[in-house]
Amino acid sequence: MAAQVFTYIEHKDGVADDTALELTSAAQKIYPDGSVTAIVTGSGADLDAVCNELSASYAEVWKFDNEALAYPNAEAIRKLLVAVLPAEAVLLVPHDTFGMDLSPGLSIKLDSVFVSDAVGFEGMEGNTLKVIRQEHSGQVSTHLKADISGGVVINVRPGVFQPDESKSAGGQVIDKSSEIGELTVGRRFLEVVAAEAGDVDITKEDILVSIGRGIEDQDNIEIAEELAEAVGGVVSCSRPIVDAKWLEKPRQVGTSGQTVKPKVYMALGISGSFQHLGGLKGNPFIVAVNKNPKAPIFQVADVGVVEDLLDFVPVLTEKIQEGK
Amino acid sequence: MEILVCVKRVPDNAENEIEVNSDGSDIERDDLVYSVNEWDNYAVEEAIQLVDKAGGAVTVVSLGDEESEEVVRREMAMGANNGILVSDDAFEGSDGKAVAAILKAVVEKGNYDLILTGAQADDGAGQIGGMLAAMLDVPYASVVNVIEVLSDSQLKVGREIEGGNQEMNEIALPCVLSIQTGINEPRYVGIRGIRKVASVDIPVWGASDLGIDPANVGESGAKVKRIDYFIPEMGEGAEILEGSSEEIAEKLIDLLKAKGGIK
Repeated sequence: MAAQVFTYIEHKDGVADDTALELTSAAQKIYPDGSVTAIVTGSGADLDAVCNELSASYAEVWKFDNEALAYPNAEAIRKLLVAVLPAEAVLLVPHDTFGMDLSPGLSIKLDSVFVSDAVGFEGMEGNTLKVIRQEHSGQVSTHLKADISGGVVINVRPGVFQPDESKSAGGQVIDKSSEIGELTVGRRFLEVVAAEAGDVDITKEDILVSIGRGIEDQDNIEIAEELAEAVGGVVSCSRPIVDAKWLEKPRQVGTSGQTVKPKVYMALGISGSFQHLGGLKGNPFIVAVNKNPKAPIFQVADVGVVEDLLDFVPVLTEKIQEGK
Repeated sequence: MEILVCVKRVPDNAENEIEVNSDGSDIERDDLVYSVNEWDNYAVEEAIQLVDKAGGAVTVVSLGDEESEEVVRREMAMGANNGILVSDDAFEGSDGKAVAAILKAVVEKGNYDLILTGAQADDGAGQIGGMLAAMLDVPYASVVNVIEVLSDSQLKVGREIEGGNQEMNEIALPCVLSIQTGINEPRYVGIRGIRKVASVDIPVWGASDLGIDPANVGESGAKVKRIDYFIPEMGEGAEILEGSSEEIAEKLIDLLKAKGGIK
């Protein structure tokens, strides 16, 4: 018999996150015939709205309503999950900053195993699950074998599994709030401080000239600025540029920065980590310039130039200026 | 404040093209440039800054082969007070849980108020800090990008969450934090700094020093095992433009014009 499979549902303002349905697709790859139960924690009317929405696609939705769960504190939710999950449960969680906070420690407390940032599943052999992951910033992939006989917590990369919206489950919402137990925590949530606005709003631009580690030096940013000026776009960047304090945080594209939807995205010296690509929406025309032909960015780009951006971009800029 | 920072020696992503070896059993390691994991380096810098303000000492520990001693020494050159190398053939092939269990034994040999790890390393799992905290039964916060000392028993920490927002928390000490890049500006380590710690004795602890049963760690104890490395079948991928820089630039300009990439 297949183990019981659960998904942890993230939600905001009464709406389930996109990962809610991606996780059911992921679960199907592990146990094609298994049923999946959604676990939703929160408080009040927003929680009810999410549960009702999910009952259309999940056969069973477990609702945990408590004021202490109004903000998703991973430590409190870990306690809750340890109290309510059956032995040997399979739990799927989105691999984002919440999943990173929750899942490794949860696997210890459940005495199950943990698989981080799964991007594919190749099914079960006995008690062994075969998983696909990536290492070295996406430059290579690996197969893992996980013995899940004692249960497993799996963090699933957002955006990888296509949500299956074809099924209508007509499921039921089961209020499990009475099983919550005590939720005392050593880490108390205070507030969310919203990101600062920058001098330009890269989320509203049609053309982004985006730079990454390949720019090598702060002085070289000029090269990108000149290209941006020539094409009528603005300069954005990947995380290392902000870490180095060369550009301000509001210029950063990625899950930990801005989500942009330009028409054309020029990725200069950007390797293309999934966190970076997670901030790129709306199917832009992507041009990648990178001296490393193995850079993951070439897998998602429309057009690639395998050259050092420091050599190539000035040539490009000059040609554009000549043509004007 | 006594701070332990866990650091790992990894292939430097900025310096290497990572390739899979001929039989897929490993990556091609012959010509790789190694360095301290970038996230861990930020963690060490943060620990040094905290100790500069609040007093105490920074201890750096690395679990790995003999070569990992070089990253311990480098972080000591940066300003960490003590270094420990944890190394034993029995530890090879450990899964995340075993690594956390080994580090738990290291923590329990000391008396630390705060334990820092990088938010992730070369395998991208980001699992050790959270596992270690759960094993020690202390609070945990991941992807931390600001730390403020409130008292001897409490910190205020900011977590970098989605959309560039920051989630502020109060967390009780002792605790484990995983550190995000960008939290500070790690100081430069020059030749002179390296020389100063060149002859410092770095203790090496093995399974018996830590009271660890070799059966529970390493390949034999692992429930999660990597079977191979591979390069996935590429989808269509990018159309790679060929020719001289000038020729490529001209082709690209035509494409950009067609797609609205030149105003």
